[in-house]
Amino acid sequence: MKGQPLIVGAGPAGIRAAQALVAAGLRPLVVDEAPACGGQIYRQRLIPDGRSSRDLYGSEASKAEALHRDFAALDGRLDYWPQALLWNLRDGRADIMVEGTSRQVAYDGLVLATGATDRTLPVPGWTLPGVFTLGGAQIALKSQGCAIGSRIVFLGSGPLLYLVAWQYMKAGAKVAAVLDTAPFSAKFNLLRGLPLFPGIVLRGMRMTAELKLGGVALHYGVGDVRIEGASTVAAIAWRQDGLEHRLACDGIGYGLALRSETQAADLAGCRFAFNTRDRAALPERDAAGRTSVPGVYITGDGAGIAGADAAERAGERAALALLQDRGLPHDAARAATLEAELARIGRFRAVLEAAFPFPAHWMKDIADTTTLCRCEEVNAGEVRAAIANFGVHELNRLKAVSRVGMGRCQGRVCGAAAAELLAHETNRGIEAVGRLRSQAPLKPVPLTLALTAQQEAAE
Amino acid sequence: MSRRLDVDVAIIGGGLVGSSAALALRGLGFSVALLDKGFCGAQASGVNYGGVRRQGRPVEQLPLSQRAHAVWPRLKALIGIDGEFLRSGHLKLARNEADMASLEVYAAEVAEQGLDLELIGHNGLRERFGWIGDGVVGASFCAGDGHANPRLVSTGFAAAARRAGVEVLENTPVEGVTRDGEGFALEAAGNLTLRARFVINSAGAWAGPFAESFGEPVPLSRIYPSMVVTEPIEQMMSVNIGMEGGGIYARQVERGNIVVGGERALPLADPDFSRPRGDGALAIMNNAAALFPALRHAQAIRFWSGTEGAMPDKNPVIGPSGTTPGLIHAFGFTGAGFQIAPGVGEVLAELVRDGQTQTPIAAFSIGRFAGISARTDAGSGAGQNQEPQHSGELRP
Repeated sequence: MKGQPLIVGAGPAGIRAAQALVAAGLRPLVVDEAPACGGQIYRQRLIPDGRSSRDLYGSEASKAEALHRDFAALDGRLDYWPQALLWNLRDGRADIMVEGTSRQVAYDGLVLATGATDRTLPVPGWTLPGVFTLGGAQIALKSQGCAIGSRIVFLGSGPLLYLVAWQYMKAGAKVAAVLDTAPFSAKFNLLRGLPLFPGIVLRGMRMTAELKLGGVALHYGVGDVRIEGASTVAAIAWRQDGLEHRLACDGIGYGLALRSETQAADLAGCRFAFNTRDRAALPERDAAGRTSVPGVYITGDGAGIAGADAAERAGERAALALLQDRGLPHDAARAATLEAELARIGRFRAVLEAAFPFPAHWMKDIADTTTLCRCEEVNAGEVRAAIANFGVHELNRLKAVSRVGMGRCQGRVCGAAAAELLAHETNRGIEAVGRLRSQAPLKPVPLTLALTAQQEAAE
Repeated sequence: MSRRLDVDVAIIGGGLVGSSAALALRGLGFSVALLDKGFCGAQASGVNYGGVRRQGRPVEQLPLSQRAHAVWPRLKALIGIDGEFLRSGHLKLARNEADMASLEVYAAEVAEQGLDLELIGHNGLRERFGWIGDGVVGASFCAGDGHANPRLVSTGFAAAARRAGVEVLENTPVEGVTRDGEGFALEAAGNLTLRARFVINSAGAWAGPFAESFGEPVPLSRIYPSMVVTEPIEQMMSVNIGMEGGGIYARQVERGNIVVGGERALPLADPDFSRPRGDGALAIMNNAAALFPALRHAQAIRFWSGTEGAMPDKNPVIGPSGTTPGLIHAFGFTGAGFQIAPGVGEVLAELVRDGQTQTPIAAFSIGRFAGISARTDAGSGAGQNQEPQHSGELRP
């Protein structure tokens, strides 16, 4: 008898993967860091607070409700460990911290639905209290029902920028401005997206219009950003069309779209390739989500940024691939439909990328005094000196000689910036500087973590 | 596109041994090419524990170790950085009377070697090292030993060698070496052909095939030390800690992180790479938290491992080839290469220049394996946990 498949992550991708496996008669184990399913995008409230799904998820409320409901309906037919941290993977075994101890799970089939985190680049003052990522700002609002400030500026690039600003405004927070790092002209690219997903494009336009009507200043082509304040955020300054601007604020939501969480795939031994669109090394996969390692599937934003709608489909598609690879009956027509839908979303992603470009050029001019790696407190000048003094031109070597990416977050926060800076300083393409190798534990674990004796999850 | 290079000395392997030899040879006026299949200092030399320790070494290694001991305080002048070298002292703990007795025996055995070991009893430990928890009966202290940052030291030696005029060729695996007339011909990746009067085989865990190709098979195996590092905590660990009879070893770096080693990791599918096992790392972590109460609330933020060449008698191979004039070996440091490597580099440079060295290295001759049919073992890693660790520390 075959063993139990392991699904890592209970967001849109993980939920749909679990559903498809259960439907085929398998009993997967789903592990998730959050206390309740939904992932980041459909994160649930910590405690009921009278807000409706509509309040929380806006136009996506029905999708959120469906996912939460469908996952709840699987109860009893799968094993589900919430608040569980996958911290190591090797030799077909996963080490998972749950309820204060570590359990080792031998899995048969691994579906990685590890999602994404915000992508940022360091700017002066970005580590001041009061600066949140856009995702963090959204979680504060959705999950905890609080705002990140009383006079808030949203800064960055990507659809989330406008969505979070709009959600804050709707929730009654004072949004002082939205600072878009891309020029207004970039937004004309969205017109190309109209034939693909008119609803999404129009919704975005409506949000922008409502922000304007609500008195929120929208600035485009924002650069040379500096966040000011002694011990907490007091103001944000920037340049725009050659002019200097400054705005007082006590909270900043900042993000430059998202980056995939690929560490688990790395520990699983998956081969990576550089992805030009995401400007990052991503696990190689086929259209179904099969990685280079047999039995390991990757799906959702953790496989490359594509959004929640894609994640639902990719999760189901990967599960069908797992079934097929096990020699179980699977719905080939459904698989083909899912792949076609994913391809269409992929084309839309290219549109979004053009409308919300990543300002990689910021790293060329980053001031030496700006903190680059906040875990290890390394500034850009120290990184430049390390590159020059040690003659390194590969990211792991840079990590070795500068500590960049060596701390608690293992480069999740600063890795993209370090790669951009290294590429610039050594006159190489970003694809040529390599990627940070992941190490266990994937996130910090207590030194006193104990291993439970029994082998869990044997079917 | 092919490329030709003519040098006095070609060094295969850009670890700490190879790069320190390269730097020393440049200092003597030789032209040098330093070749590495990957990045210099990226393997065992750069990912080891970082102990700079003489204490616990077999007596035959001590003259070489003492020579290296003199190099460490001069790093800043030699390579431009101090490599976070700290002469903290090395404290080797005994968990029971039998271990304490072995420490006493060792101290007597090396009394003439200038290590100035100090035996400390239980009460003395309590007074001087109150941050060490229960379960320790005594210790041996070597005040002149310490620790350093291997990532910086290994890369720093290679960078200094490059600045001194060494032709440093990274990502350049050597595909073949043959004795050719007065010297050697080397074929390397990228259609590179080298001619050299001397060849130094400092290829670490990958040195076996080069030795074997000159008729000198060696029983070289691989070991994979396992390291855990904590988040930075308040300074508390004033010395480099080891343990008699094996177990964990630990040091606190300038930034506050505690590096703890012990156990063995296992190779991955590509045996050039390895990673600690989850249960092995947990054992190290829990042992550390038990021995150092201040760590009970700390978090482990990262594990790592590396690939290290090991010899069955735990002594390295250092010295001229027995079959081929101009070929010099230096590999198989068995988890104890970091401290002595800068001394080995100097010795290798002397062997090239003079054909001999004043530092006794006879015990490390490759000749000790002559006649053994043992072959290079690529190593599955299996069973290596049973291998007793010499003096308890994989990487002093």
